[in-house]
Amino acid sequence: MTGQIVQFGIDALSLGSLYALMALGLVIVYGILKLVNFAYGELVMVTGYTLFLLNGSPLPWLVMALVAVIIAILTGISTELVAFKPVREKSVTAVLITSFAFSTLLQNFVLLFISPRARQVPLPDIFTQTVELAGVIVPLRNLLTIACAFIMLGLFSWALKKTVLGIALRAAASQFRMARMLGVPANLIITTAFAISGLFAGVVGILWLGRIGSVVPGIGLEPLLVAFIATVIGGMRSLQGAVVGGFLLAFVDVSLNYLLPQHLLQFRDAFTFSFVILFLLMKPDGLIPGPASGERT
Amino acid sequence: MLKVENLSVSYGAIAAVKKVDIEVREGELVTLLGANGAGKTTTLLAIAGVLRNSGKILFRDREISHWSPEKVAHAGIAMVPETRDVFADLTVLENLRLGAFTRRKDTQGCEKDLAGMFELFPILEERRTQPAGTLSGGEQQQLVIARALMSRPQLLLLDEPSMGLAPAIVDKIFDYIARLKQTGLTILLVEQNARKALTCADRAYVLALGEVAASGSAREISESSDLAALYLGG
Repeated sequence: MTGQIVQFGIDALSLGSLYALMALGLVIVYGILKLVNFAYGELVMVTGYTLFLLNGSPLPWLVMALVAVIIAILTGISTELVAFKPVREKSVTAVLITSFAFSTLLQNFVLLFISPRARQVPLPDIFTQTVELAGVIVPLRNLLTIACAFIMLGLFSWALKKTVLGIALRAAASQFRMARMLGVPANLIITTAFAISGLFAGVVGILWLGRIGSVVPGIGLEPLLVAFIATVIGGMRSLQGAVVGGFLLAFVDVSLNYLLPQHLLQFRDAFTFSFVILFLLMKPDGLIPGPASGERT
Repeated sequence: MLKVENLSVSYGAIAAVKKVDIEVREGELVTLLGANGAGKTTTLLAIAGVLRNSGKILFRDREISHWSPEKVAHAGIAMVPETRDVFADLTVLENLRLGAFTRRKDTQGCEKDLAGMFELFPILEERRTQPAGTLSGGEQQQLVIARALMSRPQLLLLDEPSMGLAPAIVDKIFDYIARLKQTGLTILLVEQNARKALTCADRAYVLALGEVAASGSAREISESSDLAALYLGG
């Protein structure tokens, strides 16, 4: 019994850590622009393909991973420059279409110049090793995911509270116009938000690839969907909400994995979405609604 | 210090401000009066760089008509909006620190000014670690004024500081405004409570339907019985 609880706890925490990071990456941009970046999943894809392209290079794996994350950050910033900035002040529809277009462009680039088939990415042994914990065999990558997420969440939370840029980001997320009237530069804030989004997507990409081992052009769809659902559950305007939403969604997913009989497991997503619908009927603004501001940038 | 010439602002097809001319001299407290929808707030928002406009806005002889809000703030103009717009999730202290964003490298000066703000608005020191969203309306008003002052502005734009506040708190806010004027700060004040505004203003402009209907010294405006009946609530 204790073993099962430990197993469940680690599974839920590990998946929740991943979901929380995914959700944070999405909500940081939503908080500022009040727009969902539909090209977010492609940042995960870019991370995967960078790792794939670096395969066989003499670089140590950690450096490869670092380069992949940096490329994700740069792609995040490019998303803002190419898809958002030129149409930011136009209609919401225009921005949604350009972000979809940028996402499709990136996917098609990979389809055309690399391959539509799955490609193995280089991964160190740590992603396949296991350890015994309270009598349970636990994949080391799950513990690595938890540690990584907690370090990132801790650092992010510290930076948001203790640095001027962090405070400015929080302020801009609640009253963007007012923040600008205090001298906070709009472009700096928006670019920083996209860069942070890229950083989270990059780290999520590495940890996600550590679970599945290979990259395909459509790899970003699941992280985007998970991040979107988690932020809706947690509250679209709240950073804490995104984290809580990520952990809650993972808790539901893992619980269903444990509780559903074998023949119903293939319908797990249907159960998860039913839960999400029921939840939203009861709490349409999410768990932590965040500051009331519907104003677009 | 500030010259607004021929300023026009439209919301789509609706012209909210039409060819308005305003001047604010160094050290003056000028008030913009008028009924709801007269174009007072729109004028302030245009000066603050928030609304696109046609016409000319000169600040210390530099044209700022098409500057972004952040550039206007860096030039030395601070705005206190009527909606208050405190950063609800941020603590009082964080709100105040963000007010000094344009001079954030001057850490010693900022700390000194912070102490000064706590002296001017003692309630803010008591509430310093509290999220700003939990403050009462009057406390939030004090916070947004203090936040604007943290940038050491050369010109303060104050939009309806008495709106939605209890009479006792309104007196207190106007007492603060009078004290700010005594320090030599130049202030452009938009206020519906015309009587109150005229007691501390040097000069006044009366706006009606987006145009300047009258202007003059505060005394002239308050003594004009026609204006009082038409625009100042009797």
